[in-house]
Formats: sequence, structure tokens, C-alpha cells
Amino acid sequence: MNPILTAAALLLSVTPALSQTWQDVLDEAQGQTVYFHAWGGDQRTNDFIASVGDEVLERHGVTLQHVRLADTADAVARVLAERAAGRDEGGSVDLIWLNGPNFLAMKDQDLLHGPFVADLPNAQWLDLSEGSANSVDFTVPVEGLESPWRLAKFVFNYDGARIDAPPADMAGWTVWAAAHPGRITHPDPSNFMGATFLKQALIELVPDGTDLSGPPTDDSFATATAPLWDWYDALRPHLWREGQSFPENQSIQQQLLNDGEIDVTMSFDPASAAAAIADGLMPDTVRVHVPAAGSIGNVSFVAIPFNAAHQAGAKVVADALLDPATQARMQNIEVLGSFSVLDPARLDADGQAAFAALPTAPALPALADLGPVLPEPHPDWMTRLTAEWQARYTR
Amino acid sequence: MAGALHPVITLRGITGLAIALVVVMPVLLGLAQSVMAGFGHMPMVGAWGPDLDAWRALLGQPGLARAAALSLWTGLAATVISLIVAFGAVAALGGRAAGLRRAMAPLLAAPHAALAIGLAFVIAPSGWIARGLAAALGWDRPPDLATVGDPWGVALILGLTVKEVPFLIVILLAATTQIPLRQQMAAGRALGYGRTAVWLWVLAPQLWPLIRLPVMIVLAFSVSVVDMALILGPSNPPTLSVMVARLFTDPDLRAMLPASAGALAQLALTGLAMGMLWAGARLAGRIGRGCLRGGTRLRDCDAVLAVPVVALAGLLVLAALSLAVLAAWSVTFSWRWPDLWPDRMSLAPWTGRTEWLEAARTALWIALASTGIGVLLAIGWLEGCDRAGRRVLDGWMRGAIALPLVLPQLTVLIGLSGLLLRTDMAPMLAVIWGHVLFVLPYVLIALAGPWAALDPRLDRAAAALGAGRWRRLLQVKLPVLLAPLSLAAALGFAVSIAQYLPTLFLGGGRIMTLTTEAVALSSGSDRRVAAVHATLQAGLPWGVYLAALILPALIHRNRAALRGEVG
Repeated sequence: MNPILTAAALLLSVTPALSQTWQDVLDEAQGQTVYFHAWGGDQRTNDFIASVGDEVLERHGVTLQHVRLADTADAVARVLAERAAGRDEGGSVDLIWLNGPNFLAMKDQDLLHGPFVADLPNAQWLDLSEGSANSVDFTVPVEGLESPWRLAKFVFNYDGARIDAPPADMAGWTVWAAAHPGRITHPDPSNFMGATFLKQALIELVPDGTDLSGPPTDDSFATATAPLWDWYDALRPHLWREGQSFPENQSIQQQLLNDGEIDVTMSFDPASAAAAIADGLMPDTVRVHVPAAGSIGNVSFVAIPFNAAHQAGAKVVADALLDPATQARMQNIEVLGSFSVLDPARLDADGQAAFAALPTAPALPALADLGPVLPEPHPDWMTRLTAEWQARYTR
Repeated sequence: MAGALHPVITLRGITGLAIALVVVMPVLLGLAQSVMAGFGHMPMVGAWGPDLDAWRALLGQPGLARAAALSLWTGLAATVISLIVAFGAVAALGGRAAGLRRAMAPLLAAPHAALAIGLAFVIAPSGWIARGLAAALGWDRPPDLATVGDPWGVALILGLTVKEVPFLIVILLAATTQIPLRQQMAAGRALGYGRTAVWLWVLAPQLWPLIRLPVMIVLAFSVSVVDMALILGPSNPPTLSVMVARLFTDPDLRAMLPASAGALAQLALTGLAMGMLWAGARLAGRIGRGCLRGGTRLRDCDAVLAVPVVALAGLLVLAALSLAVLAAWSVTFSWRWPDLWPDRMSLAPWTGRTEWLEAARTALWIALASTGIGVLLAIGWLEGCDRAGRRVLDGWMRGAIALPLVLPQLTVLIGLSGLLLRTDMAPMLAVIWGHVLFVLPYVLIALAGPWAALDPRLDRAAAALGAGRWRRLLQVKLPVLLAPLSLAAALGFAVSIAQYLPTLFLGGGRIMTLTTEAVALSSGSDRRVAAVHATLQAGLPWGVYLAALILPALIHRNRAALRGEVG
């Protein structure tokens, strides 16, 4: 069915009721303090969240309190703990930035409020059709339980002053690393960025015909990952610190590049290199590189726990994150530089103008240069990959 | 009946009860909760043990054995090295070491996390020292050497040593005033023994019982430290304490069970470390006595004492560099390998973002509240003991204040957080209370000495003039004790500012202080923002310490007898 027709039909059928409900949400949200549990390791993201906080306070009287997490799992643990303690309302977590395994964990255990996404006024700018990037999270159907806010796509950043463009495929890394010992590394696979590096390699190296979209069995996991481990065993001795220790996350990895210890970093944000250069955190000779076959992409979401004390306020924040002006500001390289989740074709003239006016930068790739988006494997693959890596390489 | 109640309804009885309820009981309850959950009984997550599943899950953690060995090794090594350097430096410098105290004050006041963040940059393969060498040696790229987060934990040992040596020197200096050091040294020298021999065989055995408890506290802290181990320690596997802290924050709530088992393992490990240190001290004593009987006089060995002095100087230089680099990074825009200085400086880390203000305000409130409670309880207890005519730190109170310090924080706090999950206690309240657990013992210890040393004739003279108990306390004792009171409060303030685990665990991630922010930011890409927090974290306690020195001196500027630095 034509998505625009669907949306139009949807709008026609529910608009009167919807607008009233949304007004109720706004009324209820007035004066609430929303505890937004979100990874706090990136200062620009923190600043952006703070600016959204200013907006919702001014427009809707909602105070946004960013609870900075070192690991999103902390927030999930908190909600679980509250349910275990019988705290089914008045919970301390109002909104979580999450995706993938954390979303699956919360969805499986019925820890999420909703569906609520379709009720957000700004959801009209989203492509929510079945199979779109906004409706599937690591192959798991979103079903309106989390609202998208930024697009992530796996890229390499390299220092063009020190090295030429890195290998075009993951298999090429073993040769490259042997020629440049100690000059690359990946974040620890217990961190999502490190796990993504392994997943990107897995997707490129799996035997033909392997299906990664469902949960693996012991056998299918062993078969699918055998070439990956052979490749990794060949690569590991040439990694930074001879593969004996790893940066905790991509932020530390970026710091290592700035310190001249390595030549390549990884990011889930194609604009991160340009953003870091503008912010003085990386040399201005850094450029973005995407594997020839494309790279893993996914969408970051926000979700509301079932027991959140301030659900109305949380919805107001989720909606504010989707405002076209806010999304354009987020994509602005001088602010955050994260790609928007909105569908350009659905935007009205004002929205399109906001995006057209955005500045560019030498280290900022155009959307067209980013190559195809490879879908995330089912979350269980990531969980298993991480566990298997730890069992193999942690003494 | 009234007679039986009377001993309880005194100031001593009331504050004693308050301390028991606020400090001792929660520590014991936390411990009990860790034991129950560690052995599989935690109904909240549907575990109705007793069973050994939690231990099985813990033993299934990859790298557990090495993590435990790392904790034991780094904790013991740091404590023993700190002890040797501190003892050697005090022996070599004698009375002159006292002059070091002022110079070491910023270091004493600086929290572990701030120092670790600075030190990590100083000693990194691409850090300050390496950049200095790069210019001289023509290095194009930093060496691929693990100087931070090395698998043997050397960087962590160094960090702990930098922080603990000044503390132990202060403790040792206080202990040396309690023995007839001068006379014994003179007697020893007269009998033909070298200075080293007198220190090792005559003075050390007398000093050891006086400093044993503080050394054990340092050991317990070092074996179970989390914030410094996160920043300087190895990562694959990390130390046991870091591993257990991570289990505690696992999304699966059932991970509370292996985390509790890990908390008990941490307790056992701390006990083992203490046992080893105790046995080592006994062995050293036996060897010392053997040498003494053998008549070894070590007459020409005094040059050996230069080694700890050089080591101390090295550690102090590292500490100074660490604190200086924090200040430098906090005003940096961009700073890259191999530059010795930032290529662009900027005040933007301070002016552009103001989250640090919020973190500083929260940290300040918590520190003021917990220090205020700690000082009030301490004064209540000490005054109560005076009125009851009892010695201040004997009996159960001695154990009560040592308890939170010798038990690993991790063990107590995992249990306490497990209990708090069931209540609706406001996170801020829980955090302040958690800080009091650790602030009160230090304040009480710092105040007990000067309080006991107070000239009793002042009190008697005031009483003879007709002043009541409260008037004597408020108008005579406390004003006279203003200097030690201020220093004790400054110490409590510094202890509170430095707390990481109590803030993180009891606040449930909702309470952000300079310390939790600095540790979280140290694993981000922006060293500048982390440096802003760490600079404040180190600067605030130092500022308060300076104020605690200067204010009483100003107020007592025409009272010569009250200006002396007590405690």
C-alpha cells in the first residue's frame, strides 16, 4: 500500500481524537521533570540533549534531567530492579536512549510503555512503514514501543596525514595490520562499538547463504563464526598493544587517535569525524571511510519504561526530538552532526529548507557516499559474539 | 528502673545510639544482605536459597581467577611499597619531614579519581613524559607500550602509591611523637648502631602497632578500589573489584546474586591480604630480631636511606605533574601528539558548558551535609565521654568507627543497595547517609586526639566560675578547639568529595557529583571536560583545607597558645 495514502488515511481517521489526546498529554506534562537515562560519554550529544531540554521547558514546561549513563544497561537494570521490588508506578526512569539487545530485553520482559510512537504529532514526518529502518530495531519489530531520534551507520575514520584510505573490505584488515603493526584497534566487544566491528566482519565473512536475521543455534553460530575467528586470530597479534588490551569505547579510541597512538577509529556516526575536528578533538586531516560492500546501520530510539513516573513528559520529549527544526539542528555539523531519522520526502517546505541550509565540512561525507546500509543481525548474534569473544580472548 | 535507664539518656548514650544506628547497623545489615544474596537468598529476584548458584555464576566469569590475583597483587604491592617509602622517608628526613606536610596538603586533599585522571595522561605512552622524550629522541609515533592499564597493574600500583605515601607519612609522623624517638636514637647511636639499624630494629617494632590500623585501612582500600582501577587498572580482565562493580550494574537483575558472591569474595580477598601483611610484618620482626642478636650494626648503610627519599621526590613530582596537567587540560581547545603544550587554549571547557556547576553544587551540598552530621555526632560523642568521665575511643566505638574503613566499600554497598531497592528512600538522602558512613570515622579520629589533649583546667575553671555544661562546651571548649575542629571538618569534606561508590550505588545513578562525573567522563573522548571536573574535585578540598588553616589563625591571631597546629 502506498505509504502516503496510509498516512493520510491514518491522519483522517484519528486526527480529532488524536489532537485532543495530545493536548491532554501536554497538560499532564506541564511541570513534570523527565529523567532521561542516556549514555553520557559524548559531550556534544550531552549538549544537544541539554538544548532540547531548554526547548521543552520553554514550550511545554517540562524539565529534562539527563541522567548520564556509562552503559545503557544500567538503566535497564534499574527498571528491572524496580519491577522486582514491586514498584509498578512512580518509577525513577522516565525515558531511555536504547536500541538492539537492550530494547529486546525490555520488550521481552514487558518493561516498556506503549505503543506510543504513532500518537506523537511529529511522527507524521517519519517513514514508519513495515520494514523501514524506523520500524525494526536489530531485526526486532519496534511496534511503536520506542521512538526513533538519530540514524547510526558504521564507518571508519582515519588520519589522512598518516595513512592512505584503509582496506575496502574487512578481510583486507589482516594484511593492512601486519604492515602497520600496533596502529589499529577496536573498542572492547562488551561495548556496542567493539561488538559492531565484529558484526561488520561477521556479515562480510560468513559462509554464503547464512541467515543472520533469526536467533542462532549452537550449531549455526559455530558454522557462521568459524571464518570470523580465523580472521580475528590472524588480525589480533597486529593490533594496538598486540591485542592484549582494548579501549573501553569509541570515545577513548578517538582520544588515542588524537594522541597519535593509532591511525584508525570507528564510529556509528558518519558525521562524528567532522564534528570532532570542529570541536578540536581530532586532527583536521581525518577522513571517513566506508567498506565497499556497505556497512551496518541502525536507528537510535527512545523508550518509556512501563512504570515511568512522568510518562506524559517523556512523550513530550520524544516528540520534541522529532521536530524537523530540532532534527535539522541535530544534523548541523556545528551542533551534533548526527543524521536525521526524518523522511525528506515527507517534510513540508519549512522542514526541507531547514535541512537545505545546513553547512558542510571536508570531513563530512554526503549521504550518497555512505554506501548501502547492511541490516543488523538478530540481537542474539551480538550477545553470543560478545560472550564468545570474551571466552576466547579473556584470560 | 530510672537508675537503669539513666546511663542511656546521657549525651554519650544518645550519640552512641545514633552512631550505632546510622553507621554500625547499616554496615552490618549491608554485610548480612551480601551474605544472604551471595548464598542464593534474595526473594526480590525470585531466589529462595540457600544454594551455591551465585558462586557458580561468579566462577563462570571469564578471567575471574586472574582478576582476583590482580586485586590482591596491586593492593598488597601498593600498600607495601607505600609503607616502605613513607617509613624510609620519615627515617631519613626525621624532623624535617614535618615540613613536608604543608607541601603535601594538596595531594592529601586530592581525591583518588582526580589524581588518577591526571596521572593517566602524565605516564601514558603518548603522555606528557613521553612527549618530552619524543622531542629529545626523535620519536615519530608514541611507543606501543602499555604504561596505563598494563596487564600487571603497575600503573594502578603507582597511582595508589602516589596517593597513599603522603597519608602514611602523616600517620607515621603522628606515631613518632608517641615514642621517645630522640632518646632511643641517641642511645642506639652511642652503642655504635647506624641510623638505619636503629630505625629498623628499635623504632619500627614500636611504631608498627601504632600505625597498624591505618595501614590495614590503606590495604583494604587498595585491594578493593574501583574508581582508580577503572582509570589506571588493566581492562582484560580488570581487577576483581571492577568486575564485581560491573556485575552489580548488569541489566539482568539476577546478576545481583553473583555480584553479592563477588562482594563476599572481595571481603575474603581483603582478609587474605591483611593476613599476608600481618604475617609479613611478623616475619620481618623475626628477621630483625635475628639480625639484632647477630650484632649487625649497619654502620655504613645510612646512604641507603637516600633511596626512599628519591622515591618520595619522584612520587611528589609525578603528583605535581598530574595535578598541573589537569589544570592545563581544563583550559585547552586542542592538544595533540607530540606537542608539549596545547596548540590552542580556550576557556570554553569552563564557560561553554555549565554541567560542572550542577555537579559541583551537588557535591558541595552532600559534602557539607555529611560533614555537618559527622562533626555534630563526633562532638556529641566526645563531649558525652567527657561528661561520663570515659575515654573517648575505647570499647565498641573503636571497632565501630574502624568497621566501615576496614571492610571493602564494595561488600557493604552492594548489600546496602540491595536493601535500599525495597524502600522509597530519596536518592539524595541515601547518598548523604552513605557518605556519613565514611566521613564520621575520619572526623572522629581526627578530633579525638586534640579533644583528649585539651587542658582540663580550662573546663574546671569555667565550671568553678559557674558555667553550666552546655555553656562550657559552646563558649570554652569549642572555641579553644576551633583549629582542630576546622581541620577535622576539612578532612570530612575531602573524604566526602572523593566518594565514588557510595554516590553511584546508593544514588542509583541519579546523583551526579564531581567525582562520579569525572570518572564517567574519563572514559569519554573529551579530556578537557573531564579535566574541568577533576580540577574542581582536587581544588575544592584543598581550598577548604586552606580555609581551615587560615580562618582559625585569623580569629586567634592574638592568642598565641591557640595558633598551634593540633591534630
